[in-house]
Amino acid sequence: MVKNLINWIDARIPMTATYNRHVGQYATPTNFNFWYFFGSLAMLVLVNQLLTGIWLTMNYVPTAEGAFASVEYIMRDVEYGWLLRYMHSTGASAFFVVIYLHMFRGLIYGSYQKPRELLWLFGMLIFLVLMAEAFMGYLLPWGQMSYWGAQVIISLFGAIPVIGDDLTLWIRGDYVISGATLNRFFALHVIALPLVLVVLVFLHLIALHEVGSNNPDGIEIKKNKDENGWPVDGIPFHPYYTVKDIMGVAGFLIVFCYVLFFIPEGGGYFLEKPNFEAANSMKTPEHIAPVWYFTPFYAILRAVPDKLGGVIMMGLSIAVLFVLPWLDRCKVKSVRYRSTLHKLNIAQFAISFIVLGYLGVVPATPTLTIVAQVFTFTYFGFFVALWVYSKNEKTKPVPARLTH
Amino acid sequence: MKKLLIALVALLPTLAIAASGHVHLEDANVDLHDKASLERGVDLFQHYCSGCHSTQYQRYERVATDIGISADDMRNKYMFTDAKIGELMQNAIPPKDAAKWFGATPPDLTLVARVRGEDWVYSYLKGFYKDPSRPFGVNNTVFPSVGMPHVLEELQGTPVKQEDGTIVVTGGKLNAEEYDQAVRDITGFLVYSAEPVKLERQAMGWWVLGFLFIFFIVAYLLKKEYWKDVH
Amino acid sequence: MSNAPVDTGRRRFLTAATAVVGGAGAVAVAVPFIKSWNPSAKAKAAGAPVEVNISKVEPGQLIRVEWRGKPVWVVRRTDAVINELPTHDDKLRDPASAEMQQPEYATNPLRSIKPEYFIAVGICTHLGCSPTYLPDSFGEQVEGVTSGFFCPCHGSKFDMAGRVFQGVPAPLNLVIPPHQYVDDGTVIIGVDKGVA
Repeated sequence: MVKNLINWIDARIPMTATYNRHVGQYATPTNFNFWYFFGSLAMLVLVNQLLTGIWLTMNYVPTAEGAFASVEYIMRDVEYGWLLRYMHSTGASAFFVVIYLHMFRGLIYGSYQKPRELLWLFGMLIFLVLMAEAFMGYLLPWGQMSYWGAQVIISLFGAIPVIGDDLTLWIRGDYVISGATLNRFFALHVIALPLVLVVLVFLHLIALHEVGSNNPDGIEIKKNKDENGWPVDGIPFHPYYTVKDIMGVAGFLIVFCYVLFFIPEGGGYFLEKPNFEAANSMKTPEHIAPVWYFTPFYAILRAVPDKLGGVIMMGLSIAVLFVLPWLDRCKVKSVRYRSTLHKLNIAQFAISFIVLGYLGVVPATPTLTIVAQVFTFTYFGFFVALWVYSKNEKTKPVPARLTH
Repeated sequence: MKKLLIALVALLPTLAIAASGHVHLEDANVDLHDKASLERGVDLFQHYCSGCHSTQYQRYERVATDIGISADDMRNKYMFTDAKIGELMQNAIPPKDAAKWFGATPPDLTLVARVRGEDWVYSYLKGFYKDPSRPFGVNNTVFPSVGMPHVLEELQGTPVKQEDGTIVVTGGKLNAEEYDQAVRDITGFLVYSAEPVKLERQAMGWWVLGFLFIFFIVAYLLKKEYWKDVH
Repeated sequence: MSNAPVDTGRRRFLTAATAVVGGAGAVAVAVPFIKSWNPSAKAKAAGAPVEVNISKVEPGQLIRVEWRGKPVWVVRRTDAVINELPTHDDKLRDPASAEMQQPEYATNPLRSIKPEYFIAVGICTHLGCSPTYLPDSFGEQVEGVTSGFFCPCHGSKFDMAGRVFQGVPAPLNLVIPPHQYVDDGTVIIGVDKGVA
């Protein structure tokens, strides 16, 4: 009965073939470690954001007059509205936690290298769209941080020579952030960007499954196949990685739900305190900081003592990640078999990123600005150094088979 | 390089504290399980604060249900407008008139405990002192140049700042301890208002974590079972 | 891949266990999504019981009040109407109000607390239109019955106790909302009798 139905469908669309290609017979390296959970977790968080987001729109009012009150209405009057809202707000931060770890995995194991450049580029585009999505979503609660954060970020475009002022006016659709801005951000946040995001995720997966997954050893398992054409170091994604990812999901959800149910404000980092006060265009909060996931880039912006220069450096700090596959000229992928210099370089990059993230949260002081400049230098230094030493890097011999 | 890093990392927390260092706040010690305290908080807030400050994102009925006040008590003792019990707790003065009388619209206080923190609210209510140079004759230790009168003066008495910075209170219906408790009651009500679902959220959280723990164990065993093939 | 023998029993058990626990979790997650569609506290407050002053309703007159966004009729039945009601039971689908379309205290021949006042939700039990009150000309619809309600949408007919006639699309008698009298001139709609 079921078999007949499957045959019927298979005669019309390649259902079984697609399933086998991407799940049932998708050859996956046997040695995935902890770092490899974050891809599937990003998918889980995406689904969470889409579902809770759709449900929030059912009660959210996208007007300057009604937005703030409608969020409190969701938190108080709608049955379980508070849970849906916290799932969405915690999910936003979780998304970036997961994505940053996922990107770092790609960085240390060389997952961006040939033949995975497009895979990396799609991933970077996802990251970019995600930042836009998060930024626009943050305006919607229409709290003080929503308002002034958006004010600051949109003003960045004013740094662009000649067209800057007209551009900011056009983005806002008003002389200040207003209901017009809120409405367009709402439209982009709930439909346009999610659509783009889903398409990019699809392309990211297609690109991944075309070339196959990289692994902690950075070895192409496809190069070593048995007589049936199955990679000797490969296992089918299902059931091995489905059961492993389910376990990963359970572990992740424990952390996620702990935050959700016990510290939903994330110590003021996931839901910032001033954002519990309705937007007021006459009064700026004492200390404006973007949400934590933007702060590394925000710190770079502030580190440069020139408006246009800061904007350019911030843009570059993200843009440079796009060209990473071409900056790294080493043939060895995994950090396991690369030089000590590369290991140190990655370590200093990670530290720079975290310190910049921290600096972006705290108010700027002259001393801290100098610190931020130092770490902006080391942040970019990572890429320059990589380009220089990777050409003739002293690497260790890469084994023929995966290690465990 | 490494030395510099260590020095910087060591420096950061001190810098952060220096940057955010403000007035010392007293610990509010609010207990949301103490319904009697919350009800006294409703009583005090409605009598002394609600004339000017709304808590307009919450409904009388929900407050009554959550705190364990009967609908009749809520209506007769704590509601001073002609609102129905299911309605939002708006105040009696239209915001425009309020702005005219006080120079600024008294802010809504539903979420104040989330914006400022409970310790701030507690310390603020205890922080008034006599200052004839101010329009309302009072100032506040945690909110300098405060723009409202000391409405709880009949309870606390008149606080006068001494030369050494301490505040000495004379008169008032309540002694110091009773006043602290009254202020704690109000703070408790505002902490409740800021997030009425807090207790429910935490209670639910334990069930969710318990469930996830079981799910994790089962998933772990399943994974281990299948991965016997690989290892 | 190792070639150790596979314990299929254990494997099947653990798969089932994970599926059951995971499925239970999925169902639990669905709860807030589903429950968030219930009327919110705002809707419930707006749908709170309504007090109606009926002292000025004249015999034969129908007044409409809004309760939970729906029209609720209060009709003051004349003695003639009350006397006529028991005479056409044979033409009705459910003359004794066996279907619980009314609270316990209105499950009586006149479907009301006081014989004089008929209170009903003015929505046809067929597809939700609001029937028209025909105080004098209902005879054109049902022979021998002077007054009643006629639904313009699909021609359903109800008598002055909201009981549906046979041979019309509406399946059930009109709904009687929970209500109670505070005093002779005031009725509260939306609260059951005996509940303060």
